[in-house]
Amino acid sequence: MPHLSTDVLVIGAGGAGMYAAIAAAQHGTSVLLLDKAQVGRGGATIMAQMTVAVALAEQEPDSVELHLEDTLKAGRGLCNEELAALVCAEAPKRIREMEQWGTRWARENDHIKQEMAPGHSVKRCCYVDFLNTGPAVAATLRRKVSEMSAIRRISNLAAVEIIVRDGRAIGAVVLDLVDGELIAIHAKAVVLAAGGLTKLFERNSASANMGGEAYALALWAGAELIDMEFVQFFPIGHLAPRLVGMDPIMWDPFRYKLGGKLLNGQFEEFIDRYGSTDFGQYNATRDVAAYAILKEVEAGRGTPHGGAYLDFRHIPEAQLRAAFGPVIDRLLVNGIDLTKTPVEVGPMAHYHMGGIRVDVNMRTRIEGLFAAGEAVGGSNGANRLSGNAITEAFVFGERAGISAADAARRGSAEWDEKFADETMERLKSLGEMSAKNVIAPIALQVELQKLMWEQAGPFRTGDKLTSALSRIEEMRKKDLPECRVGSEHRFNPDLHDWFELRAMLTTAETIVRSALARPESRGAHQREDFPIADYRFLKNQVMEIKDGEMAARWSVPGRLDRSQAIHG
Amino acid sequence: MVERKDKTARLRISRGMPEGKPYYDNFDVPYEDGMSVLDALRWIRANLDSTLAIRYSCINANACKTCMALVNGEVEYTCIAKLTPNLITVEPLPKRPLIRDLVTDIVPEDEKL
Repeated sequence: MPHLSTDVLVIGAGGAGMYAAIAAAQHGTSVLLLDKAQVGRGGATIMAQMTVAVALAEQEPDSVELHLEDTLKAGRGLCNEELAALVCAEAPKRIREMEQWGTRWARENDHIKQEMAPGHSVKRCCYVDFLNTGPAVAATLRRKVSEMSAIRRISNLAAVEIIVRDGRAIGAVVLDLVDGELIAIHAKAVVLAAGGLTKLFERNSASANMGGEAYALALWAGAELIDMEFVQFFPIGHLAPRLVGMDPIMWDPFRYKLGGKLLNGQFEEFIDRYGSTDFGQYNATRDVAAYAILKEVEAGRGTPHGGAYLDFRHIPEAQLRAAFGPVIDRLLVNGIDLTKTPVEVGPMAHYHMGGIRVDVNMRTRIEGLFAAGEAVGGSNGANRLSGNAITEAFVFGERAGISAADAARRGSAEWDEKFADETMERLKSLGEMSAKNVIAPIALQVELQKLMWEQAGPFRTGDKLTSALSRIEEMRKKDLPECRVGSEHRFNPDLHDWFELRAMLTTAETIVRSALARPESRGAHQREDFPIADYRFLKNQVMEIKDGEMAARWSVPGRLDRSQAIHG
Repeated sequence: MVERKDKTARLRISRGMPEGKPYYDNFDVPYEDGMSVLDALRWIRANLDSTLAIRYSCINANACKTCMALVNGEVEYTCIAKLTPNLITVEPLPKRPLIRDLVTDIVPEDEKL
């Protein structure tokens, strides 16, 4: 069996993974940095257009405490306060470090420019012009990673299982997408930084290569997941007319800057009907806006594509051009003239608040296994404050890299080829499909995405979730083993889809089970049969595999010791 | 917005592995205004032929820069190349080693095994 060896293995090379790799290398360990797409080009980071929330206090007075207060308020009482405090406290260091490494944050009057964003009490969000924040920070990190000789980068390797021996993570089995072979990697510490799960939903805004693999890999390895019912649905993702070459969530800053009107299918303003005011402002939080739009659609007042209109026609063209800059021409190429036509927007899966349960050093309960970035659960509670995603990618990435380097330096359990062989033989036998193999894995992925959107999406009921759970279990147990993958393994897309589907089904099941077990509505989790937030459920759900089955239990949110000063 | 869902785009796609002679498969895809070539390729994979090998990551944003192919003989990002309700030929990048169908080896040497 082919195998590779490293001190620290980082799975996923977006913002969090690259930051973790850099930090681990700076702490004296060798690093293997993998991505199933290309290093620094897949995942969610590169999709982010703006903004990054950080209490730099360059634009106006601000503090770590205030950033934390806003973060906790958005989280509806469920944040792990220690993790949230870590994000807010370390954010300024990371943002300035990125500047030293070459990121050109937008500036004015000799200071970093910070903008207002929904849910923030002060102007706190920095960015790179124009709508270029994600690609710019990804480029900075790619360059930094490539300069460090201790980091070996490998593209087109998809992790399919963590190898655990005696309760300790000692490596991973990965699929080489190009030649279709499984490879064992021996590592003294493993960082899961493979992002979120937006691909589970038919309507989604993020990169297509995040099907929740990080969560499934962690769960299978014996780690715990937390808050899996809390998927953030971005309220005004682009629905129509078809727009390519742009991130579907691009409208957010313009709506804020210019006061774009949200109108229902009858061209009426409506956000104020749902317990928030929005006239001329942009202060409705994301969950309220998503809820309001879909309620209008349900009441028969939606737009043709099942959303709301975002209308800029009342704004003079010169002002539009000043705000949108070169973007307005890219819109025109797509046939979208904002002076003449409103666009259709609606909720779409955007980010996952839930994830792998870790402590402030990004340690899971499995020794040697760490998590970073969106893969981590808990810091955002029931709803994430805008701008905190890139921030946590940097902060958690750095912290995970240091922790993993420390663990690697303390040495590890003995590596024996047969540990990996067992896992690989089992995976290979899974891959040898039955004679009935007629379903393409992508067909099941499409079915799962539709099912998750309709039955476990922005509006949930006990009946819908029960029906979703029963079909997902059936897909996992009966359909998955009968999929068709073909015998030629070289760049075999069915084979890639199959392993991805295997993880998608596990992660989807954790969402549905958690959503079913929370009979209340809070933040991003909206139960139509339990529309009120219930103080009895002011707690987190923790999920694990126990005796071969998924099991959930309740846990009290991690609270900060207020007598201690907040520092990183 | 008037949609024209009755229209069809036909894609003529180069298939095959490096050791064989490439051949072409034709696929008919329902056409809507604004669709990209990548939209059509993904539709083919989900509905007609899941074995079609293509490479992409971000789909919408032209951020990942991994979906390049020859579209009607020109090097294009398939995510921003517009589909038209006519015949479109899609082939792998000519100056890169072929891996399978439309997938070529675009990974930098220092990011390989």
